[in-house]
Amino acid sequence: MIEFLLHNDRVQLQDINPNTTVLQYLREHRQLTGTKEGCASGDCGACTVVIAQLDEQNQLCYQSINACITLISALDGKQLISVEDLQQQQQLHSAQQAMVDCDGSQCGFCTPGFVMSLFALQKNCSSYDKHKVQQALAGNLCRCTGYRAIDRAAAQALNDKVVDHFDPLVSSTSKELREIKSSAADGSHAALNYQQQLSHIPKDVASLAQLLIDYPQATLIAGGTDLAVEITQRAAQFSHLISVQQVSQLQEYRITDRHIEIGAALSLHQCQQLLAPYFSDFSELLERFASLQIRNQGTLGGNIANASPIGDAPPALIALDATLVLRLGADSREVAVADFFLDYRKTALQPSEFIEKILIPLPVQALDSQWALKIYKVTKRFDDDISAICAANFVRLNNRGEVVAIRLAYGGMAAVAKRASNTEASLLGQIWSHANIEKAVTCLSKDFQPLSDFRASSDYRLLVAENLLRKLYIETQHMSAGSSQPAPSQSIQTRISDYV
Amino acid sequence: MSNRQLDSLSHSEMLEKIRSEISSGVGKKIAHESAERHVNGEAIYIDDRLEFPNQLHLYPVLSEVAHGLIKNIELQQCSALAGVERVFVAADIPGDADIGPVLPGDPLLADEKVQYVGQVIAVVAASSMEIARRGASLVKVEIEELPAILDVVQAHALQHYVMDPHRHSIGNAEAALAKAPNKLSGELHIGGQEHFYLETQICSTVPTEEGGMLVFASTQHPSEVQKLVAQVIDVPLNKVMVDMRRMGGGFGGKETQAAQPACLAALVSKLTGKPCKMRLSRELDMRMTGKRHPFVVQFEVGFTDQGLLAGLKLDLLADCGYSPDLSGSIVDRAMFHSDNAYYLGNADITGYRCKTHRASNTAYRGFGGPQGMVAIENIMDQIAGSLQLDPLSVRKLNYYGIDERNITHYGQTVTGNLLAEMTAELEQSCEYSARRQQIALFNRQQPVMKKGLALTPVKFGISFTATFLNQAGALVHIYTDGSIHLNHGGTEMGQGLNTKVAQIVAEEFQVDIDNIYMSATNTDKVPNTSPTAASSGADLNGKAAQNAARIIKARLLEFAAKEYQLPVEQITFVNNHVKLADRVISFTQLVQQAYFAQVSLSSTGFYRTPKIFYDRDAASGTPFYYYSFGMACSEVIIDTLTGEYKVLRTDILHDVGDSLNPRIDIGQVEGGFIQGMGWMTTEELVWSDTGKLLTSNPMSYKIPAITDIPNDFRVKLLENRKNPEDTVFHSKAVGEPPFMLAISVWCALKDALSSIADYKHQPVLNSPATPEAVLWAVQKMRKQSADDHCEH
Repeated sequence: MIEFLLHNDRVQLQDINPNTTVLQYLREHRQLTGTKEGCASGDCGACTVVIAQLDEQNQLCYQSINACITLISALDGKQLISVEDLQQQQQLHSAQQAMVDCDGSQCGFCTPGFVMSLFALQKNCSSYDKHKVQQALAGNLCRCTGYRAIDRAAAQALNDKVVDHFDPLVSSTSKELREIKSSAADGSHAALNYQQQLSHIPKDVASLAQLLIDYPQATLIAGGTDLAVEITQRAAQFSHLISVQQVSQLQEYRITDRHIEIGAALSLHQCQQLLAPYFSDFSELLERFASLQIRNQGTLGGNIANASPIGDAPPALIALDATLVLRLGADSREVAVADFFLDYRKTALQPSEFIEKILIPLPVQALDSQWALKIYKVTKRFDDDISAICAANFVRLNNRGEVVAIRLAYGGMAAVAKRASNTEASLLGQIWSHANIEKAVTCLSKDFQPLSDFRASSDYRLLVAENLLRKLYIETQHMSAGSSQPAPSQSIQTRISDYV
Repeated sequence: MSNRQLDSLSHSEMLEKIRSEISSGVGKKIAHESAERHVNGEAIYIDDRLEFPNQLHLYPVLSEVAHGLIKNIELQQCSALAGVERVFVAADIPGDADIGPVLPGDPLLADEKVQYVGQVIAVVAASSMEIARRGASLVKVEIEELPAILDVVQAHALQHYVMDPHRHSIGNAEAALAKAPNKLSGELHIGGQEHFYLETQICSTVPTEEGGMLVFASTQHPSEVQKLVAQVIDVPLNKVMVDMRRMGGGFGGKETQAAQPACLAALVSKLTGKPCKMRLSRELDMRMTGKRHPFVVQFEVGFTDQGLLAGLKLDLLADCGYSPDLSGSIVDRAMFHSDNAYYLGNADITGYRCKTHRASNTAYRGFGGPQGMVAIENIMDQIAGSLQLDPLSVRKLNYYGIDERNITHYGQTVTGNLLAEMTAELEQSCEYSARRQQIALFNRQQPVMKKGLALTPVKFGISFTATFLNQAGALVHIYTDGSIHLNHGGTEMGQGLNTKVAQIVAEEFQVDIDNIYMSATNTDKVPNTSPTAASSGADLNGKAAQNAARIIKARLLEFAAKEYQLPVEQITFVNNHVKLADRVISFTQLVQQAYFAQVSLSSTGFYRTPKIFYDRDAASGTPFYYYSFGMACSEVIIDTLTGEYKVLRTDILHDVGDSLNPRIDIGQVEGGFIQGMGWMTTEELVWSDTGKLLTSNPMSYKIPAITDIPNDFRVKLLENRKNPEDTVFHSKAVGEPPFMLAISVWCALKDALSSIADYKHQPVLNSPATPEAVLWAVQKMRKQSADDHCEH
């Protein structure tokens, strides 16, 4: 059984197809049709709803998600808020009123999704901040307004925020969610069981490991933002799902003096916040990784295990020399991210094995060397677009300006995310200079023969890869010993993201 | 406030009331009529309607082949699937199997041959959409492939057209080109565009008595859906009622393309006797339906040393897809707008309607106009580049004159010309020349990032070029409590048409808009309507509704004059009241008195646009009632290492005459601009070598998101300029013209590119200018710059 709050009503479900999405549940099972389907692939945001759940400090937190690609089991232990719940009696919620006052709707079809994203933003942001508004709304497409009116509505919703009818209920809602959690079964039995279609929701790592051994054919689901698309776009039906969402150990993180240790099921949004102080480029990459709705739901472990050649996390993790802790039953082993991807969508995972943790080493700070991590994501559209090419570069120079460590990892250039080994070899031990970079650039075509597809041509991918190496040099040339070049921020502009 | 409450006012209170005017009449800044229901989720779209217990859901079987002969359709496995009611093929259609809107060529279900990947061959009806979809995957179609034509240039070379070519000529282009001091020629590729209305195509149908059909369709053209449904199920039009409350976006994509799901649902309802729904998934919608026409433009232009056009030969090759659909008028409009704001003098403009084996391309905001304008704006940039002049100076030099140089290549005199005046105003307010200098400085200092600036005009002709379509009807009832029910033939797709028309009726009766209720557009309320298209919705339907209101108002005045023994001039409608010399009664009181005096309180209204005509054989006439004008100045920055870019600032000055509702008009301008920007930048349609659309979902097809809008976005309506023509309250149409303001973004990208070679060359930048397209243009400019340095 799963149990959740729909608005303020407790709902228990058991006899429901685990392949049902939250959107189908709302529209078809509950006749709550305010939430719309625009794409059923998590790309337009028309289906945005808000999930309230208790965080690690037992605080109620509100997150926007795409109902169209969230499976019903993800609601277990949470509160689901849809657009119907915002208005009280005849009074519009301040997020709704702002959209009316500022002409944020025209055809109105995307509007409930925008309202819900705005509502979640209100709960997470104290005053208008352009960047936060962009982050919150980049996953909501509007074809009519041109967004300026919506941006104004966001400003009004944030600046003129008033106490809403959710605020006085925070403690009672929290209490109910705790009750639901404490009364929940241990997860060893299927939570959903409908015509031989099962869904398990284990509560700890050991049970998860055991379930995967007991049911080697079952499909492991984390955020499900890719898996659910198989259901909605390719008519897949999964007969047995095992979800990691309630395994709290997988959502923990730890920072030691050597590593950042991230539980595999930590959401991409939480990863972004965690990594921001350490690796600003990685954090910026995660902000452009996908929409906030997806990042609230999707996990770092899921992105790695999915092994997409255009996944953005793998190149960054390879550049940082990260390691995965894989678990099979009671046994754990470590595999470097660089060695994890065997071929197109093939990984080193054994049957019943899963990713438990990601270990990101913190670069050693040394007096005799300097390092830089530079990550570039090149897309057609700035936000919420899959990379044509993603380049993650780590370089360490000694005081003589020689390259003592270099990892150039690329996504979108081959069947898996991988390092440019020939290019790296040509630079290792060499002086970090324009001439040597130009030599290295010629090696890239030995490392990669990228594909042409609708995102970009092979020639473009290769030329951009070359140019990104040049850009890396421009952004890091000040690190070379004896260089008279000032830091890049003082002279040469190199990033479109500085203008967004 | 309702009139029922007002009835209880004392006479002195009423006297006080009529000192102020209504707050929701014409020109007032009021919100969209559905805004509150949009935000709280109560606005009903077709998919939100409660389903009937026996409702069937439809899912199509699509061709995987671009061109071929259907040898066999195997339905057995599908029919046997539990939950499948039946599978339907072309042979099942009782009536006309072709749903071409103007000319035949669009089979409802492919019969014998298929002509594009995504063409519907069969439709599965089942108890749920999931089952229908599974059923569809079980239908096996055997097709013998034929050679497919997937390239517009190839189609043109083979004279593979859906309609004959058409030409506009003025002066003698050949001779003028021969003696022009400077000449350029070139080719430009302009991409198509997916509409990406957020609500995909949808229709639900309910069979009615005597073989009729009730149709709920998300369509810009209910009357055409009515006609086509009637033909397909073989009943007269009076048996089919089409109801359309609101669309979740249209943009032209629901002008003809809504008919197919509607006709399929009606067909199945007719043959099964059950209610049906056909909702296309996003992927199906993008594969099945037509888009904006891609164009290839080939030109030869002559010009003086100052940059003045001397002669022009322009060939517009439109990729129409497999059938005519609306391509006749669309390519005509591209030709009509190949001058944009410029006097062409000697010109030959020829439009070719090329047939390719792709979905039939269709209406999309601007209706060919944008492609024609891009063609001439590209030429303006090319001329400026070759003379090393600021493109804006070349544009201004070539503008239509007020009293001379004012005849278009199709013989219409350009009147009400605001080009020079608006350019001067925007050039000053956006600080064009100061920013030009700042940008030049930035570009000298920065090796990687380059900025560009462009100010471009829009002149857009308003009216359907198929003259007969310029008509509209409306229906107004006043009930005995004073409340008003209003219908008109236009459709609401988000553009605020219902709000504007209600404001017009409110203005006529001087009652508040809350007192006016508009139900769904419905073919049994207003018959024989034109599509809500060509930006004409408010112009036509507003006038028709005004006409209906005036008819009733005249009756009320006549009655009141008699009843109160007053000359009509002493009776005025003011703020929900009627002033009868020095007496005041409420509007409701007058209505009730008129009712008891047996005065009709209901009327239709009708309007047709005056003055316009077009002789297509002579390719000459006055096809447009008036022109709308707009100006935009955009500044961009590009990354010369990756081709990525960002719009930094856009200033817009747009002409809507006397605005019916400035809030709604600003929304149209901003939304149109961003949609146009998407078309010219990130929205790229890519097909496989076998004609399959690869960018068939929002994962792969990228419309602008909030981050893409200009960092600094300043939008202004031109003030105090009434439409000189007698349009409804001297307003101007606003739906399409702002779309083309986005050409400024593309021109600014080219300006940034030309800085790479010191503004000595103009880049060729096809549209959409994706980062990849920009990077290849960067490479070419670098090469030209290097060549220049070698020569020196």
